Amino acid sequence: MTSGALLPFFALMSSLLASVVIFALPERMHRLRVLINLGAAGVKVLLVGVMIWGISEGQQYELAFDMVPGVQFVLRADALSMLFAGLSAVLWLLTTIYAVGYLEHSPNRSRFFGFFSLCVASTTGVALSGNLFTFFLFYEMLTLSTYPLVVHRGTEKALKAGRNYIIYTLTGGAVLLLAIAWLHGLVGDLSFREGGHFADVDAALHGPLTIIFILLIAGLGVKAALFPLHGWLPQAMVAPAPVSALLHAVAVVKAGAFGIVRVVFEVYGLEAANAMGLLFGLALVAAFTIIYGSVRALYQVDLKKRLAFSTISQVSYIVLGLCLLGPVGAAGGLVHLVHQGIMKITLFFCAGNYAETLGVHRIDELDGAGQRMPGTSLAFTLGAFGMIGAPPLAGFITKWTMGTGALAAGMDWVLLVLVTSSMLNAAYFLPILHRLWFAGQHEPWPHERRWGRLETSGWLLWPPVVTAVLMVVAGLFAAMPFSPLAWVQLIVAREVAL
Amino acid sequence: MMLWLMAGLLFTPLAWGVFTLLVSFRYGRLISWLGMALQMLVSLGLWALVARDGGFYYPLGGWQAPLGIELRVDGLAVTFVVMTALVASASGWHASIYLDPEKPWHRYFWPLFWFLWAGLNVVWLGGDLFNLYVGLELISLAAVGLVALGGQADALRAAIRYLMAALLGSLAYLLGVALIYGQFGSLSLSGITEALETGQVQAAPFVAVVLMLFGLALKTALFPMHRWLPPAHGIAKSPVSALLSALVVKASFYIAARVWLELGHYLDGYVLSQLLGVMGGAAVLWGSWLAFRQEKLKQVVAYSSVAQIGYLFLLFPLTWNVSEAISLQAQQGMTLQVISHALAKSAMFLAAGNLIMSVGSNRVDALVGVSRFLPFSLFSFGLAGVSLMGLPPTGGFAAKWLLLQASLASGQWWWLVVLLLGGLLSAAYVFRVYRASFLETTEVDEFYHPPRSLEVIPMLLALLSLGLGLMAEPILSVMTIPFRAGGGL
Repeated sequence: MTSGALLPFFALMSSLLASVVIFALPERMHRLRVLINLGAAGVKVLLVGVMIWGISEGQQYELAFDMVPGVQFVLRADALSMLFAGLSAVLWLLTTIYAVGYLEHSPNRSRFFGFFSLCVASTTGVALSGNLFTFFLFYEMLTLSTYPLVVHRGTEKALKAGRNYIIYTLTGGAVLLLAIAWLHGLVGDLSFREGGHFADVDAALHGPLTIIFILLIAGLGVKAALFPLHGWLPQAMVAPAPVSALLHAVAVVKAGAFGIVRVVFEVYGLEAANAMGLLFGLALVAAFTIIYGSVRALYQVDLKKRLAFSTISQVSYIVLGLCLLGPVGAAGGLVHLVHQGIMKITLFFCAGNYAETLGVHRIDELDGAGQRMPGTSLAFTLGAFGMIGAPPLAGFITKWTMGTGALAAGMDWVLLVLVTSSMLNAAYFLPILHRLWFAGQHEPWPHERRWGRLETSGWLLWPPVVTAVLMVVAGLFAAMPFSPLAWVQLIVAREVAL
Repeated sequence: MMLWLMAGLLFTPLAWGVFTLLVSFRYGRLISWLGMALQMLVSLGLWALVARDGGFYYPLGGWQAPLGIELRVDGLAVTFVVMTALVASASGWHASIYLDPEKPWHRYFWPLFWFLWAGLNVVWLGGDLFNLYVGLELISLAAVGLVALGGQADALRAAIRYLMAALLGSLAYLLGVALIYGQFGSLSLSGITEALETGQVQAAPFVAVVLMLFGLALKTALFPMHRWLPPAHGIAKSPVSALLSALVVKASFYIAARVWLELGHYLDGYVLSQLLGVMGGAAVLWGSWLAFRQEKLKQVVAYSSVAQIGYLFLLFPLTWNVSEAISLQAQQGMTLQVISHALAKSAMFLAAGNLIMSVGSNRVDALVGVSRFLPFSLFSFGLAGVSLMGLPPTGGFAAKWLLLQASLASGQWWWLVVLLLGGLLSAAYVFRVYRASFLETTEVDEFYHPPRSLEVIPMLLALLSLGLGLMAEPILSVMTIPFRAGGGL
């Protein structure tokens, strides 16, 4: 075992150990807990940074051992895993800062931060898994570690949402396990490999492989909130804002989407999946989910609920991108994994700020909030424009790349989906922006708190500002090396031989 | 070295049983701590010996079979010996703090505990059917006594019911053994298979095996013969429940498995094996559903045992008339399920005991708010629950994975339904407990804080069951170690 093999292990351990230590700390040791949280998050960003650098130089990082007879536990850092691990490392750091401010003086913080770190450890594990078995291991760990976060408030409503969440995800997990076990029985232990395994598979296996593909997508689609498996997501909104931010931008929905990416690219292989006729159906489901989520979002009056339906729609961009059968389309889908994460986390941070500072939860209560909280509102506005796809923000890069990819693949109807979705995005985001900036405040804020000079606590203000800046940077400098788009093009060049 | 290890393993528990009978609870506790440490060392020593040199037959006192007592010390046996040492020490340690020394009848805990342990070791190592019977009876009688230790009328009623079931089971088993002896003139398992192998005896002992399996299944509380188990395991003191669910039911199952693996393939056993599998599957589904419906915390855990035992019986259909590789997979899955259930269930019963002690009520809905006051015990309960649900990376998951693979490879896809649905149903009852404990109400309750060491023990067990999944490969490699060349008969 070389030192290179240990890097992915350390990246996983940084949050796992933090979680164990935090559980062991007494509730009152607030400062030490914050210090450990931030320290671990910082270490993780550093480790992931080192690995990203190493991979761009052609280094390999892999740790593997036999876990159960016939199955290996594999942790591997490759270009694709770094896309997701990098996203989760950076956003974990910001979300931790935000959560510290958000949960100030509230009870059960030891439990909260313990599971919070565990959740991030699982996400890192999902990113670094080198085969389906290991992936499943962390995927289920993610389910379990997010449950206490969803029900954190302990109200009847939260527990009901938690119950639904667990029913959806565990059932999805069981379906996924069936698919993985079947695949394992059929062809043996499959590690993720660029280009996939089934390029020249026996035609007799096409039947079972098709069924397994459907089962895999169904199992992963629960977390990725593909229609009709999305029911848990809007309900899970009762969780505290940092949890929603993490759930929507990094952890849960992304784990599902990332799993679909792995299955399509590195288990089946894009060409093989297409040759078996598996991708068109998936594209239709994704396209429908995009439109459906946006339409439902239009009708929500609760800010976080509207954002939740928007997530359902946006995550399907990633899936749709994969189905575009070409390097450009795939790049568009993959880069949205990062872009959607940054944009959505900004929006949820801002929604949390309105709720914490002004007590505002509903959209019609937001009138004039732009004057009271300019920083937050500016970040929100950037996030909203990014979602709509206004240049030069990150969202524009996604939609532009995907559109080009669709045309190149001759799937013109996808363009229609993209345009419709953008118009719907505008239809549900612009009214909010109008209320923020152009409507005057006509009634007092429901529950206002003040923090000295700043519009809200600094812990709450800076994270959305930073992510908003990141979003602009990701859009403006998309052509630079190490930008999400450049990294994704590196991945796609290795994955897609079309 | 071998002599000392074997002597230590078999005679310390018996000797300690007699010592502790003579003294009060407090002295018994002191003596027992020493005994537990000794047993732990001896068990690990034997395990290491087999891991290094391979298994062997051990004629007790130098008398060879068929006259003497022949012990078969193989990988599977020593694995279970170590499991017993772990779980029994943890439960004994817990009991030494948990049980009230002022109640005069509690002093009988120690002798019963040690006789139980002695019986377990005899069963794991026993090589002939009659010795196995003796071990089984020793276990049953000690276990009934331990249930009755609860003291209330309910406990006595449950103990009597348990005794009846155990006696009936023993009778059926003994009848089967008698038939075998009549047919083969030998009681040693290896002797019987030899006679069948060489064609000395033509007819396979079908009726005898059915009788033995029936008796053993009754003692293992296989559905639909499970009705005696939940009252007995639910009413006993928590450390006792842990011992009963984790170890005692496994002993009778272990004998059934040994008999089946030695003799099963000589039988025309398709219907029999499928029937046992169906009963196991029904136990998984029905037991989990009943666990979900229980209002008392310990009853939830007890019914969960009924369900978890069901998985073990999938061994029968998955090892009959299949290839060597599939059979091995199924056996490995069964072994892991036995160990991980033993660790997780003892952790769960001990943690449940702590939770009940702290809220002062045995009802599930009394747990409101306990996540804030007793997070440690709740966490142990939760971790153990993860293993019971069969979610990764626990031992329960590794076991389920192996059983899934064996079902798929042998084309018996119908067991997949049991394995997957069973996991979801167990999630339902485990999450019911979480849900109750996460609920926040405005009432401020007074919680009693149990001593810290009571909280640490279930946590250790739960962590072991969690780690088992990650370390499954090395543990299973010892389990499959064959006998040393020339060491057998």
